[in-house]
Amino acid sequence: MKRFIPETRAVNVVKRFTCDELVELLTAYLEDVLDRPSHDGVRAHLSCCEHCERYFEQFRATIRVLGDQPPEKLPAGVRDRLMSAFRERHGG
Amino acid sequence: MGAFAGGRLPPDDVVVTALRAGDETMFAALLDTWSRGMLRVARSYVSTDPSAEEVVQDTWLAVIDGIDGFEGRSSIKTWVYRILVNTAKKRGMRESRTLPWSAFEADGVPFPDGVSFPDGGRWGEPGAAWPSPEGEALAAEVRALTAEALGRLPPRQRVVITMRDVEGYSSDEVCEILEISAANQRVLLHRARTAVRGWLADYYGSVKQAEQ
Ligand SMILES: [Zn+2]
Repeated sequence: MKRFIPETRAVNVVKRFTCDELVELLTAYLEDVLDRPSHDGVRAHLSCCEHCERYFEQFRATIRVLGDQPPEKLPAGVRDRLMSAFRERHGG
Repeated sequence: MGAFAGGRLPPDDVVVTALRAGDETMFAALLDTWSRGMLRVARSYVSTDPSAEEVVQDTWLAVIDGIDGFEGRSSIKTWVYRILVNTAKKRGMRESRTLPWSAFEADGVPFPDGVSFPDGGRWGEPGAAWPSPEGEALAAEVRALTAEALGRLPPRQRVVITMRDVEGYSSDEVCEILEISAANQRVLLHRARTAVRGWLADYYGSVKQAEQ
């Protein structure tokens, strides 16, 4: 019976990553494209490595700040010109 | 604008039919919904705000001229953005900014501050904790710094992080517009995020030092 044990373990395998490997996987982790053992491995590492957890927090804070840029607007003059061009094109 | 106040545009076939029929409300809705993202994307390739505005203007003029020939092989948004990217690239090439192209094409960004793994892949000196962005002044400064950081990225990274993180487009949309693979897109996005995080860390580090 003993010989079945390694197989049973293989099902629950969680990949182990070093910190330098881990920081390279964060985008893939956030995009949810890692295979199961890698995904679980990243999660396990983050839950017990303070440094990587902090780095991950900062990584996510960076993404939040990026999404918080002030809105841009086409200058009114350009917009007016484009509306006229559209109108002219359609014989208005 | 009023007709689509929720920010949601109707399905493509409705949009295209309306544009061909000269529906001004529809054209205005597209202009107001997409132009801000288009300005930011254009800026990834050209050097000044007026240049970016001209790229966006020329793109819309091409859309007005070309809508009758639109074949629906991609979404209308992808079609418009591809025209934009091509227009911006050409223009950027003409301006060729001040640095040689090779410098822009290099995607390698040196590992930023505070991140070093001398000890068998473990952290050497971990970065300091960031202050929570309480005051409005700090938040505004961080926003400005982030805009500046985007400007320092190589164009391919900049355009991907702009579409994904600043404008919130999906990975599928970005891959389709830029005609790159999902894996390639992810690498560019990751490098860009890593670089921007590094510059923010430098900034927070300097704020902390100033406080001491
Ligand atoms: Zn770690």
